[in-house]
Amino acid sequence: MQNRNSFKPVATNLPVLLPIAETAKRNALLERHEGTFRLNLTRSHLIGLIGIFLVLGGTAEAATPAGMIGPFEAIFKWMGFLLWGPEGTLKGFSLNLIISFFSMLVGTVAGVTLGLMQVSLLAPVRSGSWFVTQFFRNSPWLVLLFTIMFLFPYEIDLGFVVIPVPDWIKAVIGFSLPVMANISEVVRGAVRSLPSGQWESAESLAFNRRQTMWMIILPQCVKRMIPPWINWYCILAMATPLCSIMGVEEAVSFTTQALNAEGDRPELIPVFYSFLMIIFFVYTYPIARWSIRLEKKFAVKT
Amino acid sequence: MLDAIAPFFKDLYATTGYNFIIFYEEYEYDRFIEAIGTTINLILASLIFSLVVGIVGAWAQGTKYTVLRYCIAGYIQFFRNTPPFVQILFFYFVLGNFVPSYDAGGYQESIIGNFGWAVISLGFFAGSFNVEIFRSGIEAVPESTKEAAEALGYTRLQSYIHIVFPLAFRVCLPSLNNNLVNLLKTTTLAYGIAVPEMMYTANQIWSDNVNVPEMMIILFLFYVGMVALLVWGMHKWEKNMKIPGYG
Repeated sequence: MQNRNSFKPVATNLPVLLPIAETAKRNALLERHEGTFRLNLTRSHLIGLIGIFLVLGGTAEAATPAGMIGPFEAIFKWMGFLLWGPEGTLKGFSLNLIISFFSMLVGTVAGVTLGLMQVSLLAPVRSGSWFVTQFFRNSPWLVLLFTIMFLFPYEIDLGFVVIPVPDWIKAVIGFSLPVMANISEVVRGAVRSLPSGQWESAESLAFNRRQTMWMIILPQCVKRMIPPWINWYCILAMATPLCSIMGVEEAVSFTTQALNAEGDRPELIPVFYSFLMIIFFVYTYPIARWSIRLEKKFAVKT
Repeated sequence: MLDAIAPFFKDLYATTGYNFIIFYEEYEYDRFIEAIGTTINLILASLIFSLVVGIVGAWAQGTKYTVLRYCIAGYIQFFRNTPPFVQILFFYFVLGNFVPSYDAGGYQESIIGNFGWAVISLGFFAGSFNVEIFRSGIEAVPESTKEAAEALGYTRLQSYIHIVFPLAFRVCLPSLNNNLVNLLKTTTLAYGIAVPEMMYTANQIWSDNVNVPEMMIILFLFYVGMVALLVWGMHKWEKNMKIPGYG
């Protein structure tokens, strides 16, 4: 008797749905599995952003009262402050990068561990790590950030030494949690996506489970994991301005401060924020392109 | 409701120190319930707005006017590739300046409040994804199916309602669900412009009562619960809507 689920649509030149339906479904499942959409940045985005910046700047220039500093001059004046913070510190946009870098590091290490726990043979480990993954995947980033900001101690007393925990380190921990959960799911998905023949042939060659994992399965998974991993890094870098709500002195906080210093002139606000967008874009664009290139390079040819 | 649970939570506070004040004090309880209402309103309003944006956008992408098509493409690219938090701030602080205000008894009030701006910016954000989703759904229905409907005497509208839409909708549904879950989580960003939703109210409550850990737990349970409920419901719906023998 034929299994109902294995029933395939009959090949006909009058299809129920066109191939785009399959693509849409595959993309939706991919998105669900990776936990986010794929960034697809192109050069025309940069042109558009610069266009917006110039138009806003031009109108602001025209609206500048006599004797006041113009928008482009103001941007030039504050650029160093926005990018590096005050002399001798690494704040402003560079702090965004530092936060994104460390969160990715912590999130990846924790996420790979959690992901491997999700494919463990022990049922309690499997279900426990599944729960942790789902919990952190499905809670909003802002809630996680707030939790860490308020519940994490501002210093850790080890008895002989007191380690202060500055706000930006708390932000790193807060951002690494959702990254961890999503990377965990990426790892699990990659391990599951390999055909079972890989496991079986490894077994027939007398590999034990650990050897199979480290020598056969994971090396093949790396290729599948790297494009979503880079994509997650871009999403994370774009999300770092969130911690400005908690008063971390990164690019958005400093933009507000610079605008305050210029007397909160309404014509300057859009110019400064669009400039900020350009900075973020210039940073994420090459990385996002690289991810797409790797994806194409690693694609399995069938 | 409050009368039934209040003694337990009061007792819990007295014996263990866990201060779930929202479950035993009238004022905080009302605030909490109101926040749930605002959050659900926010989600529903931005969802409906995003669906409208999606439908209109998908329609506009199929027209023959090149300028309109380019505008929609620019809109999609802009909203997909910039952080939603920056979008909300941009809408509220930049565009909010250009909206006329009226005299509300002593002070000026804008005709679009912060709730309105949150709905608009979240709706445009989610809508930019919906445009592509709907377009792929409509494109997936073959021309021959529409012709077959026409041959059976369906009018254009009837064939759209009975043939094209049901098929297209099934194609859209999985992506739409992803987007919806994403939207639910993004609504917390309305905190940034002081919309009194769950996140904001929780912040107020723990500022007044110094019970951060307890409110955090409530916050987590609320959001994870909402997402779980949504995902479960959507999953069931997707299963029920499956085209028999196809995929």
